[in-house]
Amino acid sequence: MYNLIGAGLIVIGGGIGLGQIGGKAMEGIARQPEAAGKIQTAMIIIGALLEGLAFGALILGA
Amino acid sequence: METLLNDFSVGLFVMQAVILIILILLMRKFAWKPILDALQSREDGIQNALDSAENAKLEMQNLQADNANLLKEARAERESMLKEARELKNKMIEDAKTEAQAQANTMIAQAQAAIESEKKSAMAELKGHVAGLSLDIAEKVVRQELSNKDKQLELVESMLNDAKLN
Amino acid sequence: MVSKKSINFIAILVLTLFSVSSYGNSDKQEPGNPVNTAQEIKEYIAHHLKDSHDFHLFTHNESGTHISFPLPVIVWTSNGLKTFMSSAFHHDDSGSVIVEKGDTRLVKLHSKIYELDAGATTVAFDEHHHPENAHKVLDFSITKSVFGMLLAGLLMLLGFSALARGYKKGHSVPKGIGRILEPLVIYVRDDIAKPNIGEKKYRKFMGFLLTVFFFIWILNLLGLTPIGFNVTGQIAVTACLAIFTAVIYLFSGSKDFWKHTLWMPGVPVVLRPILAVIELIGFVLIKPFSLLVRLFANMTAGHFVVMSLIALMITMKESFGVVGSTGMSLVLALFISVIEILVAFLQAFIFTMLSSLFIGMAVEEHDHH
Repeated sequence: MYNLIGAGLIVIGGGIGLGQIGGKAMEGIARQPEAAGKIQTAMIIIGALLEGLAFGALILGA
Repeated sequence: METLLNDFSVGLFVMQAVILIILILLMRKFAWKPILDALQSREDGIQNALDSAENAKLEMQNLQADNANLLKEARAERESMLKEARELKNKMIEDAKTEAQAQANTMIAQAQAAIESEKKSAMAELKGHVAGLSLDIAEKVVRQELSNKDKQLELVESMLNDAKLN
Repeated sequence: MVSKKSINFIAILVLTLFSVSSYGNSDKQEPGNPVNTAQEIKEYIAHHLKDSHDFHLFTHNESGTHISFPLPVIVWTSNGLKTFMSSAFHHDDSGSVIVEKGDTRLVKLHSKIYELDAGATTVAFDEHHHPENAHKVLDFSITKSVFGMLLAGLLMLLGFSALARGYKKGHSVPKGIGRILEPLVIYVRDDIAKPNIGEKKYRKFMGFLLTVFFFIWILNLLGLTPIGFNVTGQIAVTACLAIFTAVIYLFSGSKDFWKHTLWMPGVPVVLRPILAVIELIGFVLIKPFSLLVRLFANMTAGHFVVMSLIALMITMKESFGVVGSTGMSLVLALFISVIEILVAFLQAFIFTMLSSLFIGMAVEEHDHH
């Protein structure tokens, strides 16, 4: 039960983080469409790092 | 976490490690090395081709510049030759003119000199004639008028006064 | 346009085959009793996510015949190495079939092989359903995952050596399958390895990076086929990959890297040991752990979601009717499957990208200070 609540909290945190990354990346791309490739790569890497964190927490909790 | 650790199979881990090592070695030997080498050499080839094309272009430009220079030089040479020829022509004409002038002048001078000498000789002849004539006249007069001596003298006098030379 | 169409086509193909197998694919079911309750579906999915010792295609429920082919079991028991085919267990997964090999008695329980203690003839369970009188053995079997890895390795060897042979023959432009593979190799080289590791040093790591990239990608894609591999969803497999990366970057670390890790310049001396501990934990434990967990969790979650959505067909049958539940399950599972195709590539990309990022951190040489 508690670990489900914990998982929910992790997902909320991860979701906020991913939203921030994605949103800012979109803004960046809209501002500088020529840098889209670089921004996407950086976005994916940071997203992956965040994902690793969230999944790590989920696994430890599960 | 416990269920995951429970799921962790050491045997699978070992098998995976062995397979991965063998796969990496095999792939390096049979695939990645030849592929990467081929890609590298192809890219180098393309780079070389691009470079040599660039060089050829530069050379071409140089050649064209050379050609243009040559053409320009040739044109200049022609110009100068033409100019020289024109000058020569002018000079020749000028020379011919001056020579002709000089010749004409000398001829005129000669002619004048000849005329002068002719005139002089004619004058001398004329003088001779005049003298002869006057002698004749004088003779005749003398013959006619020897009778009248005074009158004769008077006549001679007057005649001589009249016949002024020139 | 064409590629989009073909991806959809593949997704539909995958799904139809998947759904066929999900109808009848259960080891534990009695004849004439298909998987149809939530509990059974949960168990079925959990079973699929685990490794298995035979290659199970489907079960004919009416007659109870299993269509599958067995794989060799190689176990290291207390009496030495034992090998036999997995068909000896007769598809049993509950520990009731005992295989006797000399003095050793082996049972299969939840996809794990246990050796019974000396003298025991049946498995006794405690209240948590853990076996009391049996212990796990070192299991070097050619399981489904190992089979999948061998298959992926074989595919890679065939495909890429064909490409390599093409170059050797003097074709500078590849033919056939090489036309697809060559841009991918160039992609890994130019967009993953070179920017992260650096122009000078990338070449040494290309063998590992390329192998890992294609290995993970092919296994992820194999996981989407109805054959039902879940190799990259095995924590042992991803742990092995992550440990390889860690070993490579720790052993190729430059002097600068170790100096910056262990005795950070430009930081008060008091803080340096603390930073060193943090950095060391980061490089030795956290980075490999996040690598292994990311791949494992993504693939497991993907399989779980796709299978759950396909199972909607059964769980929602009573509330939406056959057509409604099937249609809903088809649409949702199709959607997720298309995303999974993207994820299959993305996870291979991320793993390779982060590996090369870490390697790049380790081999980097600072020319300042």
